[in-house]
Amino acid sequence: MHVDWTALGEVTAVSIAVTVGVVVVFALGVLGVSQVEAAREKDAGGTHTLGFAQAGLCFLACAAIVAHGIYLIVPQFH
Amino acid sequence: MDHITFLVAVVIVTALAFDFTNGFHDTANAMATSIATGALKPRTAVLISGVLNIGGAFLSTEVAKTISGGIVDDTLVTPGMIFAGLVGAILWNLLTWLLGLPSSSSHALFGGLIGAVWVGAGEHGVHVDKVVEKVLIPAVASPIVAGVAALLATYLAYKITARARQDSVTKGFRLGQIASASLVSLAHGTNDAQKTMGVITLTLISAGALGHDAGPPVWVIASAGLAIGLGTYLGGWRIIRTMGKGLTDIQSPQGFAAEAAATTVILTSAHLGFALSTTQVCSGGILGAGLGRRLAEVRWGTAGRMVIAWLVTLPAAALVGGVSASVVKHGGTFGTVVIALCAAAVAAFIVLASRRNPVRADNVNDAHEVTVRAAAPTTVGTVA
Repeated sequence: MHVDWTALGEVTAVSIAVTVGVVVVFALGVLGVSQVEAAREKDAGGTHTLGFAQAGLCFLACAAIVAHGIYLIVPQFH
Repeated sequence: MDHITFLVAVVIVTALAFDFTNGFHDTANAMATSIATGALKPRTAVLISGVLNIGGAFLSTEVAKTISGGIVDDTLVTPGMIFAGLVGAILWNLLTWLLGLPSSSSHALFGGLIGAVWVGAGEHGVHVDKVVEKVLIPAVASPIVAGVAALLATYLAYKITARARQDSVTKGFRLGQIASASLVSLAHGTNDAQKTMGVITLTLISAGALGHDAGPPVWVIASAGLAIGLGTYLGGWRIIRTMGKGLTDIQSPQGFAAEAAATTVILTSAHLGFALSTTQVCSGGILGAGLGRRLAEVRWGTAGRMVIAWLVTLPAAALVGGVSASVVKHGGTFGTVVIALCAAAVAAFIVLASRRNPVRADNVNDAHEVTVRAAAPTTVGTVA
């Protein structure tokens, strides 16, 4: 019987790293949105430039990862 | 079409029936947490999942070249054994659905085939070392990996958003869940519909209706995709309740973390050639997400029942597959008809039993337990 421990270890490491990475980046994006919404609540025209930029960047990064996921799922792309 | 004998036709119908149970058994994997957190309305969720499953079936061209991935000796497999194995898998899928237990459809299929080949061709037809390598080790490792990943991710997600506005957080992660759940559905369609296509194609090849190395005909792709998509759309609400509500109380950041973990584990393992069970990965992710949030209650009783179902799935499906194979082997066409009728009767009984305490789209989130006994009447004060 042959068990490929290296591959198993690789799956473990990559899965944990990617999951934590995606969720942390997404959480930072949500934090940005929350800052923008908090500022808007304080006064009607208010905004939070840093929060806005943070949310934009983070969600863009997540979209890129989703795109890569679709690329991996669909064999025609390989 | 003269090559399509009675037995081959029965195998095709049974394979599509298995595909259908596969679909509604596994809707929960992708959609349970999204339904539980309110990211998607129940009916919208199963519609998206069904469409993506059909889409996934058409997208993937890499049809399983072997029925079992080397777990059984494919050269010894006859259509009769495939039929017997499928019966074992279908009945186990229906029984676990009745009990609301998320068990692996792939393990049910492998188990049914192992039992059928063991009885039909002898024990040398089953490659035990392959079973350990391809089924047992991923089955132990993958839920743990997904669980650890979801646990860490959930913990950090709550830490980062601790001082943010809670309604922004809930809304944001709900939107994220729609994307992550859709990815799980798409991956499911490309993987699981392939199994049925592989089974039907190889049956047609063994019957001489298709040349060797032939790909699946369009009608096979279309019918397999439709069967799994319809099954998904019908929704295994009993299992959705267990996964979304039963294991732990899920909030949207946890749902997102669980689905992200499941998607990543599925994609990285597929990339490295591990076969694994989507169900087990998703359940592991949900448990991890439950442990990652402080004060979240994980119902270990439900989790324990689920793990027992995982352990029993392969042997139980193997037992039914073996018994069916022995009847088909000794009874010929008559035996096949008897088994088909028995299976239909048991399936009908299970569906009737589920009616006693039905779980539907409109009550899926109302409780966290799935019971088989009839619910106590809720209208007590109507005695006039």
